[in-house]
Amino acid sequence: MDKMPKWADIVLIPLISLMLAFIASGLVVLAIGENPIQAITVMVKGALGSTSGLGYTLYYATNYMFTGLAVAVAFHARMFNIGGEGQAAIAGVGATLVILAFDWPHWALALPFAIMGAALFGGFWAAVPAYLQAKRGSHIVITTIMFNFIAAAVMGFLLNGVLKNPNTQNAETVKFPDGAHLPTAHEFLAPLGINFSKSAPLNISFLLALLCAFLVWFLLWRTRLGYSIRAFGQSEKGAKYAGISAFKIIMISMFISGALAGMLSINVVMGEQERLIKEFVEGAGFVGIAVALMGRNHPVGIILAAILFGMLTQGGFELLWEMPNISKEVVLVIQGMIILFTGALDYMVRGPVEKMFLRMKKGA
Amino acid sequence: MDTANFFLQALLTADMTIRVSVVLIFACLAGLFSERAGIFDIGLEGKMLISAFFTAAVSYQTGYIWYGVAAGIAASMVFALIHGVASITFRGNQLISGVAINFLASGLTVVIGHAWFKKGGLTPPLSYEGRFHEITLPFADALRDVPILGPIYADVISGHKLLVYVAMLIVPLTWWLLFRTRFGLRLRAVGENPASVDTAGVSVVRYRYAAVLIAGVLCGLGGAYLSTSQGAAFGKEMTAGRGFIALAALIFSKWRPWYALMACLLFGFLEAISNLFPNINVFGLFEIPVQFTQALPYILTVVILAGFVGKAIPPRAGGEPYIKER
Repeated sequence: MDKMPKWADIVLIPLISLMLAFIASGLVVLAIGENPIQAITVMVKGALGSTSGLGYTLYYATNYMFTGLAVAVAFHARMFNIGGEGQAAIAGVGATLVILAFDWPHWALALPFAIMGAALFGGFWAAVPAYLQAKRGSHIVITTIMFNFIAAAVMGFLLNGVLKNPNTQNAETVKFPDGAHLPTAHEFLAPLGINFSKSAPLNISFLLALLCAFLVWFLLWRTRLGYSIRAFGQSEKGAKYAGISAFKIIMISMFISGALAGMLSINVVMGEQERLIKEFVEGAGFVGIAVALMGRNHPVGIILAAILFGMLTQGGFELLWEMPNISKEVVLVIQGMIILFTGALDYMVRGPVEKMFLRMKKGA
Repeated sequence: MDTANFFLQALLTADMTIRVSVVLIFACLAGLFSERAGIFDIGLEGKMLISAFFTAAVSYQTGYIWYGVAAGIAASMVFALIHGVASITFRGNQLISGVAINFLASGLTVVIGHAWFKKGGLTPPLSYEGRFHEITLPFADALRDVPILGPIYADVISGHKLLVYVAMLIVPLTWWLLFRTRFGLRLRAVGENPASVDTAGVSVVRYRYAAVLIAGVLCGLGGAYLSTSQGAAFGKEMTAGRGFIALAALIFSKWRPWYALMACLLFGFLEAISNLFPNINVFGLFEIPVQFTQALPYILTVVILAGFVGKAIPPRAGGEPYIKER
């Protein structure tokens, strides 16, 4: 089994894949007659060059950490949760209901309850497909895709109906009470003497994302349940033989996955929009797949990959101003290339690298 | 509502049902070929999108519809080939590859479109020569006055664009190819039990590539229909989830061509209803919200998959890369 050292597996191969993805995306930029080096410079400068840019980068990274962790937890149980999009949307309803139910005196009181609301709703939206897979044998991928669309319909129904703010034409709820306002980076860094941009939506949810990453690591590698989840993911038959209940693992890992995806709504709905709008997830559920692949399903890798993807998203908006010939959707192309090379074409990179290490071993 | 009016509404709905079902039929049959050969395809959406874009763009640029269609099919086949290389040659995860294709299509159509036409990813409206037009079938006008059957023939069956009739012909063709030819037998076997086909000296790889490329052609036609027949330009994300509805229809039809046609017409009917009659009032008692009609295909698919109404059993080797024993 030890064809190559561990560092090659977790560092070298993702880096090669990432390089290939960037080269392929660069070719696309070349093909439309622009300079890819200049484009990447603009993107990096836009993402990191100011506290406003950095604030946006980390705000997006927060979303991707949540959805990346969500995909990863399911992956460890060998479940492909493609439904983060819908789970996050429904979780937004959960968080909103909690926040609008009371006139919260302080955010520190509102936050834990909003988290519970989001986790319960997001987890439930993932648990239904999980139940159907565990008990009725439906394919989790197809069911979670369908649940994304059903979630979109539910959102449309609620935001044009009972939850709609009667004073506006838009499909959105009323603004949240002031007591539920989460501190932004500007607010919580000012006492430390750091003057962070007021405009950036980065808020306290970023710390929640880091905490979730730690908790996921602790759960998967330091608890009995985590061990069962990974054992089940390695070999369903082996796990069954060891007395691990498939039903239990599928349900729990998908519930946790949905709950993590749901945390995105804390960042976007509670932390930035301060109202529930219809399409607030904006594809972050799918980006989570790329983040998890890139991060090798490990929380540390996911944090790094999420920051990279946050940079791409924010840098993409910057492109609009600096290089009007390139639209921000070039980010989707880069993300697609990363998913393709790190996910589907993994073996294409892995094969030659393995051979190289084998040859080196023989030579030694 | 009196009878004559009701009849008129029914004709209108039937006509619209056919028009919106065509995209689904192309995509669903594409998925049928691919999945029957054992390759999951959740990239139907992306392939249709890239084809819709290139069909409209090239058609606009050259002013000639068939160059556009050829470009659209070619673009869709390139994507199909990427899926094939990833999932057949490199034995990658077929679902992840499909996700990548959808991402690439959403991104590339806008990036290229934006650089090409400077209209934020849209193409300019197509000229008269750059689109498909309604075909009036023989005697449609003469027969219009025949009671009941006349209007049905003239308004529902006649008067569609070329690709509508192509789609209707491809259904029996697919059935014949899959169930009455040696190619079809082998293709289905490759999706059920690749090892035994391999033992018989048939190349699993070649058949899987063939299936994936056929899927590329059909998605290409589906995309071309969207931007030159149902519409007259390309718009950002214009497939709007139809690739996934087609996937739903495929499961609904249990991977069979004639049932696929029925499922697509059913889902097309739901789309037509939600377009034509957004809020349906049931006997003045309550209203069915438009979102429910829109979500119904997805809900039905979940119910079918859960085996509550008959069991949908996919091809047995679906989703698994084939590794030849050494």
